[in-house]
Amino acid sequence: MNLDLAGLAFDTGGRLLVQKTLAGLPPESTITVTGRNPFLTLHLRAWCRASGHCATVGDDGRVQIVKGRQDADRWVRAERAGEPDTVARWPPGHWGLAARGALLEAGGPEPAYDLDDRDVVWADLAPRLYAHAAAGQWDPATAVPWDSPFTLPTDIEAAVVQIMTYLVENEQAALVIPARLLTRIHPHFREVVGLLAVQAADEARHVDVFTRRALHTGGRMGSSSAGGRASLASLLAEPDFTLASFLLSVLGEGTFVYLLTFLDRHAPDPVTRAVTRLARADEARHVAFGVAHLEHQSATDPTMLGRLRRAIERRHDVLVDTAGLNQDVFDALLLLAAGDWAPEALSRGHREVQQLQADMDAGRRRHLSRLGFPDDEAAELSALHTRNFM
Amino acid sequence: MTAFTMGAVTYDPKVVTIWDGFRVWLTAAGLPFDYVLYSHYERQVEDLIAGRIDAAWNSPLAWIRARRLAEARGLPIRALVMRDTDRDLASAVVVRADSDIASVDDLRGRTVATGAVDSPQATLLPLEHLRRHRLQPGTDFTVRRFDVGVGLHGDHLGGERDAARALIAGEVDAACVLDGNHLLFTKEGVLPSGSTRLLTTTDLYDHCNMTVTGAADASLVAGFEELLRSMSYADPAVRPLLDLEGLTSWEDGRTDGYDLLESAVTASGFYDGTGTVTAAEYRP
Ligand SMILES: [Fe+2]
Ligand SMILES: [Fe+2]
Repeated sequence: MNLDLAGLAFDTGGRLLVQKTLAGLPPESTITVTGRNPFLTLHLRAWCRASGHCATVGDDGRVQIVKGRQDADRWVRAERAGEPDTVARWPPGHWGLAARGALLEAGGPEPAYDLDDRDVVWADLAPRLYAHAAAGQWDPATAVPWDSPFTLPTDIEAAVVQIMTYLVENEQAALVIPARLLTRIHPHFREVVGLLAVQAADEARHVDVFTRRALHTGGRMGSSSAGGRASLASLLAEPDFTLASFLLSVLGEGTFVYLLTFLDRHAPDPVTRAVTRLARADEARHVAFGVAHLEHQSATDPTMLGRLRRAIERRHDVLVDTAGLNQDVFDALLLLAAGDWAPEALSRGHREVQQLQADMDAGRRRHLSRLGFPDDEAAELSALHTRNFM
Repeated sequence: MTAFTMGAVTYDPKVVTIWDGFRVWLTAAGLPFDYVLYSHYERQVEDLIAGRIDAAWNSPLAWIRARRLAEARGLPIRALVMRDTDRDLASAVVVRADSDIASVDDLRGRTVATGAVDSPQATLLPLEHLRRHRLQPGTDFTVRRFDVGVGLHGDHLGGERDAARALIAGEVDAACVLDGNHLLFTKEGVLPSGSTRLLTTTDLYDHCNMTVTGAADASLVAGFEELLRSMSYADPAVRPLLDLEGLTSWEDGRTDGYDLLESAVTASGFYDGTGTVTAAEYRP
């Protein structure tokens, strides 16, 4: 076979043609290359040498190339990293970062992912939730009516600022946990990794908009209690993927959904209403994955309920001597629901906050029952949940 | 048992990765193998001749010196193996595309850029090639040398690349460059495509080889040769090392590709006939 490069230089595209011609041929095949570029022979010989081909120049100036084994040998022990549409039970570490279904050259690093068991990581809902999450991203600059004018009484504004300050530290914890987990998951489970990545990005947005609302009227941030931070630290301390996901998403975010609903309803201004409503929609998705993931597991692992129970008890024991919810936050919620300092308003506010806590408890019991806990045990465990809500 | 010990020159940090990897592979295959590193080729060659190492991974220039030293002492010496990529190299002398230099003879009175004083491919061989065209370096034309990595026998490309840059900058009239490096410098943008014209090309020559003397244990030498030759590009454990070292297979060592360099070394007075360093401006 003869390949005529005409006036084309080897270094300006000729290499591609030579490579393409050789690619379709088995080792030991011969082609000749001709062309008018003065560097062609020099470049062809150098390139063939480095590529494992044998180049000789005939008396007529034609370069004869005998294809080498380099390419064939490189791929001789290659394998597919699974199939694009099938999730493997135990993807091997050496599949590593390769795309699911990619042709893998043998050799290379053997990274160890400690979360490499489909039954621990996967939920069948993950691909759909990921698509839903990707479609549900909102732009903090335009989704929130930052320019709507409003003026609040000083105490109400202070209550909003305190609640935003509290929300931010909870969102920071909710950001770090999925971000840390996703680095431990085998990339083969890319939908789960992607879902956790979007979840972390959701939380980053929540941190952003809650901070902006807190500082919106030119004041300073509110307070952060030691007990609140202790509660979040105990959440971050859980290394087990299943248990971390249970404590954060099912119990913590499951509780938070009610809090954000409450804030949406009692928001004294359009900005507070928008940021809590937007965050609530994201949180509902985080809870959905947490529940789906645990359902998938409890179906295969009969020991799971016992482990979940012990995780709740352990966390309760760690937190038993801490104050739980920041008193300033509790008071701010009450005042927000009351709307002003009139005694009957405060009494109504108090009832609203009681109702909120009852709703949170009912929500947790519902999730726990869905995972398989009997009703009495669900009630008992729900009561042990952190008083910090998250 | 004493390990079979090879010397290698650290022209690049990757040399450690390469020979550490080969050491693991060779040891696992049953050869007690170790290596020592040198900062330049002259000491490595002297240690080979003195029997302090069993083999030397030698540049072509180091081979010339080792051969001359060994023969002066009546020691047997040979090239055990070489890379497939050490065979049939060529160097080019190039000018700018718009240059008025049309033939080799037009270089008279002009300035030619080369790599380091001890670079076979970018200095010694192309200058010898010009001598064969009856052009004496330093007499018929001026040599502008770019001494980077002296002692590394041109393994460090810095000088060669600087020579190419000087050509494009118009500081010199021609530059000497290895065929593969001309392609590389094109890719790097140092010599943009179409910016140079090919003036002349040397005959084909060979590059590095694994040099052994008769002093080493013959069965270990044979084992070393056999294992190197058995390294397969299809083996994923060894392929990354072969890629780093730039070869697809180890081939028989042959020495008939060094004639041009022998002449170059003699004509330039780089080493004398017994392997003593005689080059005036050579400080490795
Ligand atoms: Fe959030
Ligand atoms: Fe969340």
